[in-house]
Amino acid sequence: MEKVITRNFGKANSHRLEVYLQNKGYEAARRAITQMTPVQVIDEIKKSNLRGLGGAGFPTGNKWGFIPKANPKPKYLVINGDEGEPGTFKDRYILEQDPHALLEGIIVTCYAIGSHKAYVYIRGEYVKSLQTLQGVVDEAYKQGFLGKGIMGTTFDIDVVVHPGAGAYICGEETALLESLEGKKGFPRLKPPFPAVAGLFGCPTVINNVETVTCVPPIILNGAEWFAKLGSGKNGGNRIFCVSGHVNKPGIYELPNGTTLREIIYEHAGGIPNGRKLKAVIPGGISAPVLTADEIDVKMDFDSLKAIGSMAGSGGIIVMDETTDMVWAAMIVARFFAQESCGQCTPCREGSGWVYRNIKKLYHGTARPHDLANLPGIVNNIGGNTICAFGDAVMMSVGSYVSKFRSEFEHKIKERVCQI
Amino acid sequence: MLTSDFLQELDKLTAKYEKKQAALLPALHAIQEKQGLITPQAEADIAQYLGIPVVHVHEVVSFYHLFHQTQKGKCHFSVCQTTSCALRGAEDIIEYIGKILDLKPGETTADGKFSLSVVECLGACEMAPVMQHNKDYVGCLTKEKINELIKKTV
Repeated sequence: MEKVITRNFGKANSHRLEVYLQNKGYEAARRAITQMTPVQVIDEIKKSNLRGLGGAGFPTGNKWGFIPKANPKPKYLVINGDEGEPGTFKDRYILEQDPHALLEGIIVTCYAIGSHKAYVYIRGEYVKSLQTLQGVVDEAYKQGFLGKGIMGTTFDIDVVVHPGAGAYICGEETALLESLEGKKGFPRLKPPFPAVAGLFGCPTVINNVETVTCVPPIILNGAEWFAKLGSGKNGGNRIFCVSGHVNKPGIYELPNGTTLREIIYEHAGGIPNGRKLKAVIPGGISAPVLTADEIDVKMDFDSLKAIGSMAGSGGIIVMDETTDMVWAAMIVARFFAQESCGQCTPCREGSGWVYRNIKKLYHGTARPHDLANLPGIVNNIGGNTICAFGDAVMMSVGSYVSKFRSEFEHKIKERVCQI
Repeated sequence: MLTSDFLQELDKLTAKYEKKQAALLPALHAIQEKQGLITPQAEADIAQYLGIPVVHVHEVVSFYHLFHQTQKGKCHFSVCQTTSCALRGAEDIIEYIGKILDLKPGETTADGKFSLSVVECLGACEMAPVMQHNKDYVGCLTKEKINELIKKTV
């Protein structure tokens, strides 16, 4: 299978400019700037069916098209490298193994949306990624790939590498903008959408690292080629991150639409010790959990949505038959309780309440109403908050309770028996 | 007080941004890099430099997990406790570190050598259970690996 996003991974010094240039490096940027109009670039990306790979799956070309042309304010591109969705680690590989592919994607994207400044926001824990990318940006300035009149054209572009400081919520695009402006990461009310009033109140596109890295190959090989790699309206390949109970945890670049069964059993080497599968999180911890009999689903945004889950960030977490699903739900609920930013009351109070209830269930100190109340609590968080974090609590935690209800009920029965 | 060298560093940093305040996070990282923590004095200094209220700096410092208001140990274990790591034994690792160093999560040993933090997903689930040892990622954790790191520090 043809590798697109990971084509340079594993080469010696794959992060270095001279290595990147050996394989048509920066040709897409040159072609876009010298032979295409910004509208043509946007149309090409629309036709490619490239979708946002940070989690939302929004069509990338459409997002770029929302930038108002008549607005006299400067326009910004912000790259979301605040990879924090549990189970996801693909952007770290891109940043460390092929940062020039990201930079080239940034140049093409900025050209398409009429921006001359991009910020790359990388989570603060990724010290090595931050250092690698800063080194690459410095080198690109020296060699004329960034700065004034890049590559002998009249196009100017500046790129700033910006460190986060440890907050899951800053992966939410408007929280990320707040954080980038030097504030705590509280998501903003929308509208106005970032395309109209984003960073410093100016029109802004926010794209995930992997999404933008897909852009140069689309310009070089054409939208149709990319669209055909994927399935339906989900163009191209994506990097699936597999972890948990598998023999070969790691990243796997595969076409959108590959089945979950194939990813777990063929690519990630199946489950250790001959154990059976019990459950899988298909797209980061926010995605509703799937049971073992749901793994023939095609891994793309539309197919997963159709069965009530989501493709999200491509983070697949596998749980074998020994996993206590009340315990698993408790870990998920604890994550949300820890990471709720605290801005909206239903989420701030509700996420902690959900965690405490499940903890009681797990430790055998719950009463029947603690279980009976859970669906009501999560459903009152979802839909009642500024950002999608509250919906994630509802959908993910709710799915453990509904799909593995007998295990939750068993915890109550065990307790009654003990009394 | 901010030294003149450090002020120059801050000038370079703020020059990258359209608004000075946007340099707050990198500026706080730079201060913590030098002092190991962010003191109330440092908050006041940086607020004055950026021309923003001190309370604004303080709320940012207290919002983000990576900023410390107390000195951490020379050897700081930040162990991930989220799903992928939990499935591969993070609880045992956290318990083990706590037991041999006599530490609860969030604490530092009296001699200032070791700190233990329990954190959410570090984005390195393929090497679960994983932790940050100071700034470095250490994955596929075992008790032996922990012992080695402790021995090196002692």
